[in-house]
Amino acid sequence: MIYIIPALICISITLSIFKKRDVYSDFIDGARDGFEILRSIIPPMIAISVAAQMLKVSGAPDMLYNAVYPVCAAIGFPKEVIPLVIVRPLSGSGAAGILNGILKDSGADSRAGLIASVINGSTETTFYCMCVYFSMTRVKNTLKALPCAVIGDITGVIMAVIMVNLLFF
Amino acid sequence: MILISVLCSAYTGTLDKLPAAIASGAANAMTCVLSFAGIMCFWCGIMRIMEKGGAINIIKKITSPVISLIFDAPTDSAREQIALNMSANLLGMGNAATPAGIRAMSELDKVNPHPDTPSRDMCMLTVINTTAPTLIPVSLMAYRAAAGGDPTSVILPVWVSAFTALIVAIISVKLFIRRDM
Repeated sequence: MIYIIPALICISITLSIFKKRDVYSDFIDGARDGFEILRSIIPPMIAISVAAQMLKVSGAPDMLYNAVYPVCAAIGFPKEVIPLVIVRPLSGSGAAGILNGILKDSGADSRAGLIASVINGSTETTFYCMCVYFSMTRVKNTLKALPCAVIGDITGVIMAVIMVNLLFF
Repeated sequence: MILISVLCSAYTGTLDKLPAAIASGAANAMTCVLSFAGIMCFWCGIMRIMEKGGAINIIKKITSPVISLIFDAPTDSAREQIALNMSANLLGMGNAATPAGIRAMSELDKVNPHPDTPSRDMCMLTVINTTAPTLIPVSLMAYRAAAGGDPTSVILPVWVSAFTALIVAIISVKLFIRRDM
């Protein structure tokens, strides 16, 4: 698997040389385009990042935590993992921090550790993704896709719990 | 989201923390963009080589049946970018997937009959990216190894739950979002 990326690059360049393209100037053109994309995603990134950070300190995650805690306790969902589920759609680095905390405190091969790992591997930073992807379009009503994305996230979490219980316990 | 935060922090008495949160949030965004700026530009360069050199046609051929199945009416150039986006996601090259995804999105936007709201294809692309499964979850394995656990034991459950999530999300887009006329 590790060789895929270098191989991919080599094949692309070889094909280009066969086609007698100026590989270097193609690369520079593309990289310049990349820079334009970066410029256009900075403003939405700032918006989502500020909003996520404000939400984090506002106490809303704790309120949500307290609200879902009884439900999770009833269905046997490890309570250490709740913050991960709450933060995961908002911030990848935040989620990674929580995951590392769980792995350290409960052990990587504990139930909580395994469930947290699978959740982290099978979900994405939904809000960030949506913000960035719509940043270069004319679309104003970006929330249209959100319910479906959330359905996907919830499925990921549920499946993570089922799979871990099935395979390890 | 900002309104919810303000209301909640007024309720929990943490309003004094908000200004600092705004500053650090904005700073985070810049560090984040700068931290992947280099690799992202690099991948854009490589992708341009693939486009001009023809390597992209191979990827397009392989993925084209899947794309036709999932999407309604992507244009040819949108197809290319979607193919790149999906394969980069699968290979775990998130930094290469993002620019391709953004470009795919603006290609789809060009043929969107109602510019204000996203077309079903645009929703589909977003949803695929918010559940995007990875074949080898590299950073996850690194975290687990660092914590003294078995890094590879979670790969199978991650695949199963990620692909189930992806399929459920795709079906929900097909069901709940009407096809554009």
